[in-house]
Amino acid sequence: MEIKILICMGTSGVSAGALEVERNFITELKSCGLDKKCKIVHTGDRGLFRDVLVDIIISDNRITYQYVKPEDVSIIVKEHLLEGEPVRKLQATEDYEQFFSGQMRIVLSNCGEIDPEDINDYETHGGYDALKKVFQISSQEVIEEVKKSGLKGRGGAGFSTGLKWEFCSKPESDKKYVVCNADEGDPGAFMDRSVLEGDPHSVIEGMIIAGYAIGACEGYIYCRAEYPLAIKRLKKAISEAKEKGFLGSNILGSGFSFNITIKEGAGAFVCGEETALIASIEGHRGMPKTRPPFPAQEGLWSKPTLINNVETFANIRHIIVKGAEWFSSIGTKESKGTKVFALAGKVKNTGLVEVPMGMTIRELIYGPGGGMVNNNIPFKGVQIGGPSGGCLPEELLDTAIDYESITKTGAIMGSGGMIVMDEQTCMVDIAKFFLKFTVAESCGQCTPCRVGLKRMLEVLEKITCGEGEEEQIIFLEEMGSAIRDTALCALGNTAPNPVLTTIKYFLDEYDAHIKEKKCPAHVCVELVKFEVIEEKCIKCGQCYKVCPVSAVVWQKNDYAKIDKAKCIKCKACINICPTVAIE
Amino acid sequence: MKVNLSEAKNIIKKYCAKEGALIPLLQDVQAIYGYVPEEVVELISKELSIFPVEIYGVLTFYAQFYLTPRGKHTIKVCQGTACHVMGGGEILSYLSDTLGIREGETTEDGIFSLERVACLGCCGMAPVIMVDNDFYGKCTIKKMEDILSNYQKEKSI
Repeated sequence: MEIKILICMGTSGVSAGALEVERNFITELKSCGLDKKCKIVHTGDRGLFRDVLVDIIISDNRITYQYVKPEDVSIIVKEHLLEGEPVRKLQATEDYEQFFSGQMRIVLSNCGEIDPEDINDYETHGGYDALKKVFQISSQEVIEEVKKSGLKGRGGAGFSTGLKWEFCSKPESDKKYVVCNADEGDPGAFMDRSVLEGDPHSVIEGMIIAGYAIGACEGYIYCRAEYPLAIKRLKKAISEAKEKGFLGSNILGSGFSFNITIKEGAGAFVCGEETALIASIEGHRGMPKTRPPFPAQEGLWSKPTLINNVETFANIRHIIVKGAEWFSSIGTKESKGTKVFALAGKVKNTGLVEVPMGMTIRELIYGPGGGMVNNNIPFKGVQIGGPSGGCLPEELLDTAIDYESITKTGAIMGSGGMIVMDEQTCMVDIAKFFLKFTVAESCGQCTPCRVGLKRMLEVLEKITCGEGEEEQIIFLEEMGSAIRDTALCALGNTAPNPVLTTIKYFLDEYDAHIKEKKCPAHVCVELVKFEVIEEKCIKCGQCYKVCPVSAVVWQKNDYAKIDKAKCIKCKACINICPTVAIE
Repeated sequence: MKVNLSEAKNIIKKYCAKEGALIPLLQDVQAIYGYVPEEVVELISKELSIFPVEIYGVLTFYAQFYLTPRGKHTIKVCQGTACHVMGGGEILSYLSDTLGIREGETTEDGIFSLERVACLGCCGMAPVIMVDNDFYGKCTIKKMEDILSNYQKEKSI
């Protein structure tokens, strides 16, 4: 009987110490003679991004350990493997169970379960079955199946994948390309990286199938250079797939040939826009172009080009194997299948969650998310869709997660970033944060985006440092809608969304900043006085201990005081104060 | 300091026949030199018949490329949404104050370069910084002091 030991080796697992944990397992197993009976499997992240997870699987019995430290390994080996008694105190708790129950894992089904650097492991989990299946049907039938499934592009805009494939299949051309958009630049979204790190073959398989369907024999994966582990695993996966005959010429004797090249991005958010991405692959500045012509007609090197995102490609093999009918049975009338969200911010469980379309935002936050991190600080808003998305208030928590419902609120599905915010988050500051990001990332080509966003940011900066005026709200709204209507590409069109939605749903906070010169969440430092309110101070001295520049004066049994000449406004004292006694 | 061009010549040779090769070529150059020296830009321009303005256009468009030498250690401070909400901005301004440099700059002793990045994809451990290839999660100001002093100590050894 073989014992399987799964160790999470994604970026966060490794940074939490997974390498030492593995090393200790190897030495411990050797010293007790179990090394021949056990198989250690390196998996990608399962979605929690916080600790080292270790699973011990003995026949059908599976025990998950969480927060495993290198020194815990000897206890696990001794008590669980030798004596047959699982180590209760290290076992995954309710939080872990809650995080995974309520999820429906299709795209992420292999993440954290298989060894991404071993093609055999992928194959035993049904890998490349879809590819074998498509060679038995015509390319037209493949496109029909994808169309029937109702899959929409997961990159943000939500265009029908099947239709896109059909458009690309139509033009006659000596050459066509399939491009995988893995330039995940949205601050707060990391599902693509996780799929590439945890299950790279699923993306490769999806791309080969797309190539077969539209008649392309060359593919590119455009991946952010900030994802070194993803690139390493993709390279390994591509070479393994070549060896096995899934890539290269005459794949599995079908007569169809396909090759994939990896292109590393160089750090520009706008390259996630498809025409900018094409310019970047061609070696130029990543500047978007007006459409039409669409890439499906004239894309890379002016040839018809299909561009889909990582999550979209990862869905394909499941649709082919299980059928369009199965896929379209999941989700809502207009939005089929599941969506992966990167849940972060002030929720208990942060990480990647995959849920069926149609689940409400509330069910997601209080289900897999486990609710707010601090029960005493209430929920304020949730930001969906990153810099192109919007902030939604409590009243809209029962909005269903599907493309149509989310767009109606003024936010967008985007790539699936979801940041939960509580009363300690300032909504004006959040709007400013996203605008700062888009201003920095604007390619500068069109005036509305280059100049308009900058003017909006200047106004927000004034508001957050106490120099705001009432008519500026109208200015922000007018400028925002003008940019939305006139900017050249999706980056510019959607960049005002965070400002427009916060004005729509959190106007009172703008008012507090402008009229009362106050930041209710104590985030905007210019509006914080850094004074101790003696009635609230409990003389605990925590602020004194945490201050990095010794600006807090405190003695036992006395109120704390802040020396404003020394204070660098880092807010360490405000963050640690248990009674919110610093204003 | 004079730049040794022999390695750059090899890289150019590797890419000269390929379509759309400018970005990977520059990435390889930076991997060798740590930045893209002016002399190498001139060489690429001559060998591949591309105007320098076009090469600089690409170099200044992408955040990844540097035109000046970097510090021994690069500190990347994540400013993604989750890190921002969890206090990443305070970490960045603390590091900037303590090291006496702004983002994009290098300390005078050449030990640290400071950068902001949009998202390191470790939102569950926010706020996060990355020093060279090592991640540090759940950062606090206190933790920053320890990390900086560890890297500084390394220098005196």
